[in-house]
Amino acid sequence: MTAAPSPASFVTPAHGLGVRLEHLGKQFGAKRVLDHIDLAIPAGQFVAIVGKSGCGKSTLLRLVSGLDEPSSGRIVFDGAHDGEALRIMFQEPRLLPWARVLSNAEVGLPASVKGEQRHARAHAILAEVGLADRAGEWPSVLSGGQKQRVALARALASGPRLLALDEPLGALDALTRIEMQSLIERIWLEQRFTAILVTHDVSEALALADRVLLIDGGRVALDLDVPLPRPRQRGSAELARLEGRILDQLFAA
Amino acid sequence: MSPELLALILDSTLETLYMVGVAALIGTLAGLPLGIFLATSARGELFEAVAVNRVLGVIVNATRSTPFIILVVAIIPFTRLVAGTSIGTTAAIVPLSLAAAPFIARIVEAAVREVDPGLVEASLAMGATPLQIVRKVLIPEALPGLVLGVTLAIVSLLSNSAMVGAVGGGGLGDLGIRYGYQRFMPEVMLMVVIVLIVLVQSVQTLGETLARRVNRRQRQG
Repeated sequence: MTAAPSPASFVTPAHGLGVRLEHLGKQFGAKRVLDHIDLAIPAGQFVAIVGKSGCGKSTLLRLVSGLDEPSSGRIVFDGAHDGEALRIMFQEPRLLPWARVLSNAEVGLPASVKGEQRHARAHAILAEVGLADRAGEWPSVLSGGQKQRVALARALASGPRLLALDEPLGALDALTRIEMQSLIERIWLEQRFTAILVTHDVSEALALADRVLLIDGGRVALDLDVPLPRPRQRGSAELARLEGRILDQLFAA
Repeated sequence: MSPELLALILDSTLETLYMVGVAALIGTLAGLPLGIFLATSARGELFEAVAVNRVLGVIVNATRSTPFIILVVAIIPFTRLVAGTSIGTTAAIVPLSLAAAPFIARIVEAAVREVDPGLVEASLAMGATPLQIVRKVLIPEALPGLVLGVTLAIVSLLSNSAMVGAVGGGGLGDLGIRYGYQRFMPEVMLMVVIVLIVLVQSVQTLGETLARRVNRRQRQG
């Protein structure tokens, strides 16, 4: 890895990492959670996965991010990638409570970044998520939304090529959630990593994603392109129509 | 009280501090890694080794359930092997350490198990190695519990150290029994008890202050 000439230069568009799931299956004991999923996610796409609780959407994300092993099938990435290429963000911030905000952001940096460079890059990424002035705080004094921003900063610190988002906004209030959605969209537009967002909120999926997948009974029940321009108009007729279609499918199943 | 008796009490206090101090150090050095391993080697965990975990668990339980005075006598050959002799203050450190290590291990295990598994998972997802997770997540997270655990172990060592008089270990407990009880000198007994109370109070206060200090930064994240 070449050293960044200036702290902000890590935001140069990294290209996304495409991924293909081939006959992917996952069982926990006798319970089949995912059943032969075949799916290709091109580099740089923003995919949202929706579904009822327990439909296997989080399991799918955990398999892609390598936190669980598939029971059958395989996951193929487009080309080689290192450990810094994949990052996951969880519903809870999962910050280190005894480390300040800046150090928490630094946790996401690759080991190859040393000394002052670490601080500089962590500062730059905190500025990116709007927390430049909170670098010296303990996580405990931050609000829920701010903690998630730190978690986002930590996830982005390595300049990931694929970002897995496991209901990252699920625990936030409605207004904070909309703010965070815009933030995630803006950063994704800048960096163009592949984004896989698991959410139970269909309107959130439609606000952010190029493509919405509905998982039901361990299979992909709906694969819907969302070819709408960004930034999307909340409450537009087109979004409402797509939302209706997804919800119909969700409840029909 | 005569100056001779006061000198005796001072000597015994120093013996107790020496035995308990060294045994606490050895017990922590052995108990800390043992406890971390016990907490992280069950199925699906960081250092998965189910069989080793079970065996170590049984050994720890066996040591913990042996009454200390029996342990002292039972391991005399081992003590002789390690310390070169089986009697005296230094020899007494062997059984004291052997009893302290599994005690500390269980406390460390409990403290480490309290650490949010989500933090471990998040670190794994960012490519941290298991050893990095131990050093940078588990130990810092569990630190207040670890400090309180070692405090508890030191207090229990002070009480155990009263029994090593059986192998000529000396110390306050031994003094209390030989002078206070066998020679019927209640003033010696009283002094011994007072010194022990002061020691336990100091250790406990020190441990709690330390635990609070390391906990101060560690509010809920």
